[in-house]
Amino acid sequence: MTEIADKIGMYLGYPFVQYALIVGVLISLCSSILGVTLVLKRFSFIGDGLSHVAFGAMAIAAVLKLTNNMPLVLTITIICAVLLLRTGQNTKIKGDASIAMISVGALAVGYLIMNLYPPSNNISGDVCSTLFGSTSILTLSPVDVWMSVILSIIVMAVFIIFYNKIFAVTFDESFAEATGTKANLYNLLIAVVIAVIIVLAMNLVGSLLISALVIFPALSAMRVFKSFKSVTVCSAVLSVGCSFIGILMSVAAETPVGSTIVAVDIVVFLIFMALGRIRAVRS
Amino acid sequence: MVFSDGLKKSGVGYLPQQTQVQRDFPASVKEIVLSGCQNRMGLRPFYGKEEKALADESIERMGLSELKNKCYRELSGGQQQRVLLARALCAAKDILLLDEPVAGLDPKVTADMYSLIYDLNKNDNTTIIMISHDIQAAVKYADKILHIGDSVFFGTKDEFLAENNAPDFGKGGRDD
Repeated sequence: MTEIADKIGMYLGYPFVQYALIVGVLISLCSSILGVTLVLKRFSFIGDGLSHVAFGAMAIAAVLKLTNNMPLVLTITIICAVLLLRTGQNTKIKGDASIAMISVGALAVGYLIMNLYPPSNNISGDVCSTLFGSTSILTLSPVDVWMSVILSIIVMAVFIIFYNKIFAVTFDESFAEATGTKANLYNLLIAVVIAVIIVLAMNLVGSLLISALVIFPALSAMRVFKSFKSVTVCSAVLSVGCSFIGILMSVAAETPVGSTIVAVDIVVFLIFMALGRIRAVRS
Repeated sequence: MVFSDGLKKSGVGYLPQQTQVQRDFPASVKEIVLSGCQNRMGLRPFYGKEEKALADESIERMGLSELKNKCYRELSGGQQQRVLLARALCAAKDILLLDEPVAGLDPKVTADMYSLIYDLNKNDNTTIIMISHDIQAAVKYADKILHIGDSVFFGTKDEFLAENNAPDFGKGGRDD
C-alpha cells in the first residue's frame, strides 16, 4: 500500500501529471453539470454523435498539420451541434436518424482522410489515441492547459448564470415558451456548450468515451437525489472524484487514462444504483 | 402566442399537458413552482425574495405546503397536476389556460381538481380558459362554452344547453 502511495507521490511531482489532474478535474466538472440536462431532455446520444464529429474534425486538423487544432475542431463541432438540435425538435425519429447519420459519416470521413493523407507513420496509433484518448491527457502543453482552463470557466459561468432558465427549459419547454422564455435560444445555448465540452473532453477520454463522462455521473446522482440542484451538485462531485481517482490509478497502474476513468464511473454508478434500491425499499 | 393590447405576457398562466419527461424528473416541488416566476425575471439570473414569497404563496394556495421539498416524480398524478397549477399561478394571476387538467386522474381527484379551479375562478377572480373533453364538467363549471365539432358553437352555458337540448349534457350540472 505504501509503495503505491509513494509511487503516486512521486508522479504528482511531475508537471505533466499535475496538468492532467487540473485539466481532468475541470473537464469532468463541466461535462457532468450539463449531463443532467442532457439525460432529462433525452439528448444523451447527441453527445455521442458530436464526439464523432469532433473526431472527423480532428482528422482534418491533423492532415492540415495545424499546430493548434482546437479552434477548427471547436467550430465544426458547434456547427454540427446546432444543426442536430434544430432537426431534433421536429420529430423524434428524424432526430435519431440525423444523429446517426452525422456521427457515422464524420467517423468514416475522418478515418478515410487520415488514411489518404497520413499525418504520420503511425496511423493506427493516431486513430487509437483520438478515439480512446490513450495518452493525449498526459502530453498536454501549457497552451492546451490554459485553453482548457479558460473554456471550462466560460462553460461553468454560462451554466451558473443561466441555471434557472436551463431548469425551466429542461423541465417544460412548452410552458417556458408560453410564458415568454425563449426556449429555442436556450436550446441553442445548451447545444453550443455541449459542443465546447465535447471538444474539451476529447483530450481526457477520447471521442468514443465522452458520453460516459457526460452521462454516468448524472445517472448515478439521479438514483439517489431528488431535487434538480442536489442532483446537479452530486453529479459534479462524483464526476470530479471519479476522474481524479481514475487519473491517479491509471498513472500508478499504467492503464489508459480514459477507460480507467470510465471504469471508475461505472463502479460508482453500480454503488449508487444499489443505494437507490435500498432507499426505495426502506421508504 | 400573440398578445393584443391590455394583456401583457406576464398576464397569462399556462397548464400544459404532462409530458413523459416530467414523470421521472428529479426536481423538488419548490423548484418547479419557482420556475413559474421565470417570466418576471427579465435578465436577472437568480430568484429574489419576491419570487420565493410568490412561490410559497402559490404552494400554500394549492395545499402543497407539506410536499414542498418532496420529489416531483414521487407524487401522485393529482398532486403533480396541482404542482403544475401552482407554477401557472406564479406566472400569472389574471388568466389561466388549462389544457386537459384532469387527463388521467381518478374521479375523486378529478372532482378535487375541479373544485380547486372553480375556487380560483370565483374567489381569486382568475379567468379560466379550459380545454376539455369532459363535457359534463364543462357544463357544470363554465360560464361560456366554445364547442368544436361538426358545428362550432360559442355562447353561454344556458345557450349551449338550450341549443343542444340534450339532457345528457346537463346531467353533471344538476347534482348540486
